[in-house]
Amino acid sequence: MKNQENILLNIKDLHVWYRVYGGYLKVLNGVHLMVREGERVGLVGEAGCGKTTTMKSILQILPPGDFHIPQGQIFYKGQDVLKMSFKELQRLRSREIAMIFQDPTAALNPVFIIGTQIGDVIKYSAAFEENEHKETIKEQSIKALKEVYLPDPERMLINYPLQLSGGMKQRVCIAMAISSPRNLLIADEPGTSLDVTIQDQIMRLLNEIVEKRKTSIILITHSLGVAKEMTDRIYVMYAGTIVETATPEVLFKNPVHPYTKGLLASVPKISGGGITKGIPGKLPSYLNPPSGCRFQLRCEQGDPICSEKPPQLFEVEKDHLVACYLTQR
Amino acid sequence: MKFGSFLLKRLLLSIFVIFGLSIVIFIIARVVPGDPARMALGPRAPEEVVQRLRQEMHLDKPLPEQYFYWIRGVLSGDFGRSLVTKRAVSEDIKEFLPATMELAIFAGILMAIFAVLLGTLAARYKDTWVDSLIRTLSYFGVAIPAFVAAIIFMLLFGYYWPILPVLSRLSPGIIPPVRITGLLTLDSLIQGNFVAFWDAFKHLILPSVALSLGGLFQEARITRSAMIENIRKDFLSAERGYGIPERVIMFKYLLKPSLIPTVSMMGLDFASLFANAFLVETIFNWPGISRYGISAMMHKDLSVISAVIIVFGAIFVVANIIVDIIVAFLDPRVRLSTSRGI
Ligand SMILES: Nc1ncnc2c1ncn2[C@@H]1O[C@H](COP(=O)(O)OP(=O)(O)OP(=O)(O)O)[C@@H](O)[C@H]1O
Ligand code: SF4
Ligand SMILES: [Mg+2]
Repeated sequence: MKNQENILLNIKDLHVWYRVYGGYLKVLNGVHLMVREGERVGLVGEAGCGKTTTMKSILQILPPGDFHIPQGQIFYKGQDVLKMSFKELQRLRSREIAMIFQDPTAALNPVFIIGTQIGDVIKYSAAFEENEHKETIKEQSIKALKEVYLPDPERMLINYPLQLSGGMKQRVCIAMAISSPRNLLIADEPGTSLDVTIQDQIMRLLNEIVEKRKTSIILITHSLGVAKEMTDRIYVMYAGTIVETATPEVLFKNPVHPYTKGLLASVPKISGGGITKGIPGKLPSYLNPPSGCRFQLRCEQGDPICSEKPPQLFEVEKDHLVACYLTQR
Repeated sequence: MKFGSFLLKRLLLSIFVIFGLSIVIFIIARVVPGDPARMALGPRAPEEVVQRLRQEMHLDKPLPEQYFYWIRGVLSGDFGRSLVTKRAVSEDIKEFLPATMELAIFAGILMAIFAVLLGTLAARYKDTWVDSLIRTLSYFGVAIPAFVAAIIFMLLFGYYWPILPVLSRLSPGIIPPVRITGLLTLDSLIQGNFVAFWDAFKHLILPSVALSLGGLFQEARITRSAMIENIRKDFLSAERGYGIPERVIMFKYLLKPSLIPTVSMMGLDFASLFANAFLVETIFNWPGISRYGISAMMHKDLSVISAVIIVFGAIFVVANIIVDIIVAFLDPRVRLSTSRGI
């Protein structure tokens, strides 16, 4: 129980479905993920495996009406987010966690100037309400924009998103997320929609912010290389389940799950590039997912037991969990 | 101001449109068979009197020359003389236009307010009974032509359950306000004549509701789908995720982008109010310009027909310019891209 105290976020057996014509997309199928205070966690997995869905669940910002959570818990500081009152949820969002979205163009409202958008984030943050307004909203906005090295922040405030480049928009999004203090930052593949050099700059900026503020972070990325450099622990996700988690050193040295091995085999020498090159096949259908292990269709070591029921995470060594029947044979 | 030049361009274009419209109207009015002068004087008038009137009306001149006389008059506010009322057409328009304007503006306001309200409600309570109710109403609202609605209203609220007046603009015995704008509600308000205001207002309700229904429900549907589309957008998730309260999200961050398609549609819908007003005015005995135009058509009163169409054209153009301005105000993408394009 002792080491439970510094657990910030603990996602247990999370299932999330999307309602679509003809049934449900059973996207998340029992996600487990834990973040300790001050920890930097990486979440890696190919496109469509449910990374963003998991993150939006934490803040309860999945598209309204489209989703269903049949089971699971998301504990934040010991309290289940899924059972929070509206007020508690509001506090969680305005004080505890902030998310930086994957695509900065989609994440900014196209019909409001930057100043309005970042201003409202500050205005409705718990810190601002408690702080008795020592600095004006505008001063704080400018400070946040300076912190992400945006040139001419005063003018930035009166720009509309469409007047900015992709990199600038990404910086604005980061500025919004850090404009008032938070304990946990969620960075959803920051910069993947941008070109490689800008992506690099964004990563360095994030790294700097995390070091300076000592916040916890969940960094979602396609690149195992980036995750290795920037995080203390990596979670590997496949088709809505966590298949393996360990520290970067252990994971790179001793990968166990066939999917992780495939990912590592296909890590390109230079950062960037697709990660699924090495593994033939694609994600299973979420509408009618296979019972049992979701990786079975692409797995060379499959066994009849694999299609019976989903493998559970199993501790193969200290702090190294794997969900695969290979570990239990 | 780049946006200023966009507007200027828009305005010049409109002038061209109206100019083109005037030529078309003029030609149509002149090529239809029948002799306006003869029709004005009746079948028993002697030929030389008719001939004199033809000369007076420049009907004996070639078409381009006739157009020149006509457009010169129009530009100085002289649309000629009505063959039926025997008055200057401009006088008639001054008398009848405000009644229609009042009806259309009122219907337009109803349309805008209730479209946004019902659309927002339907989106907010999507897939509940609220949404279904509004959807069902929309089917009727869009499918039933304004004049049928007018007749139904008249029967319901004028006959079976007579709670509202169904004829003309004011009850007999009410002293009308002194004419300032010609809009009875506005004039009576300005003069503090609340009795007349209330009476004029009650007279407005049924015809304007009948007139607004089609556009109203069409726009409610547009608002609903825009909202449902936008509510799924990442920027809305992001804004909620930052802890911005739900009411700010709904009425600021969701409403503004969702209004853009609705407002764009409103220009057309406002213009179609005038077209539909023909029958609604006739049914409610509303002394408006649409009814005036219809009776002119029956009598082949060419000056009036041309004048009414020109006036409608101008209203259409102005309404669309106003809509453009509002859309540009709501949507920086329009504002900034048009300024770049010029
Ligand atoms: N609103 C929605 N309705 C229906 N299906 C959805 C919705 N949002 C996401 N999905 C589906 O859920 C699956 C997981 O999506 P998610 O965005 O979580 O993946 P991801 O891991 O973030 O992928 P990427 O790397 O491309 O961002 C995808 O198949 C996607 O099509
Ligand atoms: S559980 Fe079976 S199918 Fe799944 S990864 Fe392991 S061996 Fe392959
Ligand atoms: Mg994603």
